[in-house]
Amino acid sequence: MADKLIGTDIAPPDLVAKITGRAQYSEDFRPDGMVFAKMLLSPMPHCRVRSVDVSRALAMEGVIDILRADEVPQREGPRESCLTDEPHYEGEPVLAVAAVTEEIAAEAIEAIDIDFEPLPFVLDPLESLRPGGPTAYSDGNLYRRVPGAEQGAPATFVDFKWTEADFVEIDAGRMPSDAEAVSEWSKGDVDAAFAGADLIMEEAIVHQSVTHHPMEPRTNMAYWENGKLYAYVSTQSAQRTKAALAGAVGIDPEDVVLIAEYCGGGFGAKISGTTPMQIPAIFSRKINRPVMLRITRYEENYVGRARPGFQSWVKMGFQNDGKCTGVDLFIVEEGGAYGSGDNGTAGAIADLIYTPENMRFRAVSMYTNTPPKAAQRGPGGAQIVSMLEPILAKAGHQLGIDRLQMRMINAPDADVEFGPRGSTLTSVHAKEALEQGAELFDWTGKQELSGRREGAKLSGIGVALSPYTAGSRGFDGLMIIRPDGKLYVHQGIGNLGTHSIADTARPAAEILGLNWDQVEIVWGNSSRGMPRSSVQAGSQTTHAHTRANHAAAMDAARKIRQIAAQALGGSPSDYVLDNGRVSRRGGGAGLSFSQVAERAIQMGGEYDGHELPEDIHRETVPSAQMLAGEGLMGVAKDNYGGDGGVYTFVAGFAHVEIDADTGVVDIKEFVGVTDCGTVIHPRNLGAQLYGGCIQGMGMAMTQRWVFDPRYGVPFAKRLYTARPPGFLDVPLNMKWAAVGIADPQSPVGAKGIGEPPVGAGAGALTAAIADAMGGTCLCRTPLTPDIILAELEGRESPFSKLDQHVG
Amino acid sequence: MAIIRDMIPAFDLFQPTTVDDAIALLDEHGSEAWVLAGGLDSYDWFKDRIKRPKVVVDLGGIEELTGISDAQGGLKIGAMTTLTEIVNHARVRSEYSLLVTSAEHVATPQIRNQGTLGGNIAQDTRCWYYRSGWPCYRAGGNICYASAPKAMNREHAIMGTSRCVAVSPSDTAPALVALGAKMVVHSGGSPVVHDAEDFFIGPSIDITRMTVIKPGDLLTAIQIPADWANAHFFYEKVRDRGSWDFQLVSVAAAFQVSGGTISDARISVGGVAPYPVRLDSVERLVSGTTGGESVANEAGDLSVQGARALRHNDYKIPMMRNLVRRAVRSVV
Repeated sequence: MADKLIGTDIAPPDLVAKITGRAQYSEDFRPDGMVFAKMLLSPMPHCRVRSVDVSRALAMEGVIDILRADEVPQREGPRESCLTDEPHYEGEPVLAVAAVTEEIAAEAIEAIDIDFEPLPFVLDPLESLRPGGPTAYSDGNLYRRVPGAEQGAPATFVDFKWTEADFVEIDAGRMPSDAEAVSEWSKGDVDAAFAGADLIMEEAIVHQSVTHHPMEPRTNMAYWENGKLYAYVSTQSAQRTKAALAGAVGIDPEDVVLIAEYCGGGFGAKISGTTPMQIPAIFSRKINRPVMLRITRYEENYVGRARPGFQSWVKMGFQNDGKCTGVDLFIVEEGGAYGSGDNGTAGAIADLIYTPENMRFRAVSMYTNTPPKAAQRGPGGAQIVSMLEPILAKAGHQLGIDRLQMRMINAPDADVEFGPRGSTLTSVHAKEALEQGAELFDWTGKQELSGRREGAKLSGIGVALSPYTAGSRGFDGLMIIRPDGKLYVHQGIGNLGTHSIADTARPAAEILGLNWDQVEIVWGNSSRGMPRSSVQAGSQTTHAHTRANHAAAMDAARKIRQIAAQALGGSPSDYVLDNGRVSRRGGGAGLSFSQVAERAIQMGGEYDGHELPEDIHRETVPSAQMLAGEGLMGVAKDNYGGDGGVYTFVAGFAHVEIDADTGVVDIKEFVGVTDCGTVIHPRNLGAQLYGGCIQGMGMAMTQRWVFDPRYGVPFAKRLYTARPPGFLDVPLNMKWAAVGIADPQSPVGAKGIGEPPVGAGAGALTAAIADAMGGTCLCRTPLTPDIILAELEGRESPFSKLDQHVG
Repeated sequence: MAIIRDMIPAFDLFQPTTVDDAIALLDEHGSEAWVLAGGLDSYDWFKDRIKRPKVVVDLGGIEELTGISDAQGGLKIGAMTTLTEIVNHARVRSEYSLLVTSAEHVATPQIRNQGTLGGNIAQDTRCWYYRSGWPCYRAGGNICYASAPKAMNREHAIMGTSRCVAVSPSDTAPALVALGAKMVVHSGGSPVVHDAEDFFIGPSIDITRMTVIKPGDLLTAIQIPADWANAHFFYEKVRDRGSWDFQLVSVAAAFQVSGGTISDARISVGGVAPYPVRLDSVERLVSGTTGGESVANEAGDLSVQGARALRHNDYKIPMMRNLVRRAVRSVV
């Protein structure tokens, strides 16, 4: 690709609206006749509605109606509905009230006489595995097909328990080595690897559950008009959210008009449809008035999702040269009320960053009566990097090997095969990222800081390698050059603050020879036409949609050249595109894009979108048909193909100082270097890299959830108690860089960046803290002052090595 | 009654412009009235619909409650003076920097712009059982959830408890105790002056309040006497995050040092008890010494004598001990 637009900084098209306050989020809309809904939330972790009397509420002036669980879709098994009469976590929505003001709706909630029957509950998955222990559902703690049952047999609840002998170990703070797993895979011979290892590390590790808490809660508004649902939603994606909402409400996706121009962050908690999104949609259909459901911070804490916590055990074998030869990993995952599966990715990424020839992975994910879990920026990967990198630091101390050298020896190369299916990758430049980062951080010069004590200050340095998925293939691109001569790139991806709506359009502008001011981005309103797109998750978008827009721009460029050749003679290959014109190579006749667009409309057929490629997705077709005849259409499926997974790597480096008198950690310096292929937008890349790393720092250091074990309810429900990192928790000295080697399997060469930085931020810190403590792994996050101080002072821990949800 | 949070219920709002009018309103409405200063504690309670006053008396329009003036060689600070004003005030900065440092550790710049000194010292505890509306002793019930065997009490008290184990959240309170400040409270129509260490009360005195302020009372000013101006000060606050966080433990200390010897000291610790704890015995121990390492160590050990940890807050004992040691060592 040329580099007029690729690799340069631009102002994204939504910037002015955001900083002037003109940007309209779903909360900002007020259609005529709109009413407000408020939800009645479960006061207990598990209970059943015994009786409800809504007569006093309905009699209140201004109250419109009440929506109950039997009026919304309910599904079998441990599957979430937007309202339920058997809540499985404190804060689960039970019913909703609509009123002309929010104040009246809230008063009406208080006027409802409701009686709940308390049911047994469990917060800790280990307690659910204990013989005789409670289960999150009345019928069991695991929902699966009976082992050996026929394919397609329905799943049922089972009560999955470990043995008394297992719990003798657990009560002593150790994970049993031969407990029964629900999922497992292995390669090589891990026991033989341990027998031949020079050093064995064995640790029980706890990673806490953390809430997503995006800046904008998941507020939604909806109304119906002429049989169509108009949904104003807070979502990470767009085109795929429309389909998800349609499916949840039971209508054709083409009967949904989705408006989602802005989204105040999601971190994986708003990937496509969100469950509360259904309430305004269904309620407005019932009462035939627009319904706004403003989600408050308190409500977002419950319904806004969380990263699942892990209680785990790992055994790792190392050779004297630092190479890891065997990994045995057991993860017990806290699945929340509706389940989660971060552990699978965690296992694969453990394999990817340590490249052992021998590995055994086992896991159990248990339903618990805690708020629902979901993917959170680097799900599974961020946790495991944060958990395992300090073990590498500890092993380095014991072997007397430099930790960077150990990190390099164990890092993957391009030919890596990892995970249960021996997955391969399109490109791997992890070692280049580590080398570049070491130089930027001055790792060699900082060796003297390792384990240094000056007064009460303990210094440490740490390194972490964090990979995560960063791409996908096969989506569609859709764009039009209109008679005004501008290129309109229709984006079906979302706008959650990453600016990928703009950045993924840049290859199209590049191919068509346009300056950036000749490009308009069309996004955020499905009635304006959206191609089939990836969900805005898994860090896919930059890779997937630079490819899709590349394909559609190539289609447009072909059509432009054909029109020029037909109008001005010669062959299409004689023509070049530059600055909004198509001209004969070497000078001579040409057409402006305005003229090209007018000719395309006159010619019809494929030129203006009246004939469409057969291989585009059926969900792209209605949008393309709607736009047909409005200009020259570029529309194509990404058929560039490829082999192997797309992963981005981030190498993180941290220098910390621990105050031994207080346990407070001061992050003095951080460096993050990424292998994310071609850099499209440097400033934006730096922002994503820093943002992700800082989110990881919060995960490692401050952010937590706390549950009262007796009553089963969460605390730390507010932002100030959930403690995401603030400005003063971030080191002033932060640097970033990119390796900048193109991914060979994409015509653009770019890979995503959203998720991999989180593990790098967290893992570099957990490793640096282990280094500062002389190679002691605390094996628990968050590493708050109380935990560090108790260790330094040799105080007795108030909780077991495997306890979850502790204060 | 079903529970709903995050929605402020209606109340009658009064915005007096004089102290006399405010006192008259409080007299008239008695226990139904709520005094609103910066609102940072009040609105949390209102949003959660746990505290539901019928009448709110907003002090924001009373000019005579704001500002810092010279008084008897010391300072008089109006209760409605914002923390930002205090932090930026030239004389406070030069002579009573202990108050500046503690005020700078409150929450965030935005909260300090809105929050007042009176509100900061009169604020309620952040015990999350109590703040969640549970019917505990402090809320008029007959149980303390936070001291139950399995309770989550990492942030709770290690001393001064009596049934309730919640801690005083104020960052400026220990500094004011160390400065020998006095609080002027209009009670029953006439002003009463309380020493700072008596202004903050523990649950053994009244389990439903953190200070002497009763319904109908109005805190109007905080007096800082000249006695400790330009003393040697020490302040340190340990918190989980660098901003917008309450203390785990904080220490505020003032030392009169003459010729390298400590002639007098006032040391107060926050985050360990339901009130800022004044360390009289430590003050006596260090007075007459040079504050060296062995005295500091002894002072630290003495400070935590009698401290008793709950399940999750044992760390506060070494944290408090170490901070007191640092305070004493800072003199050298």
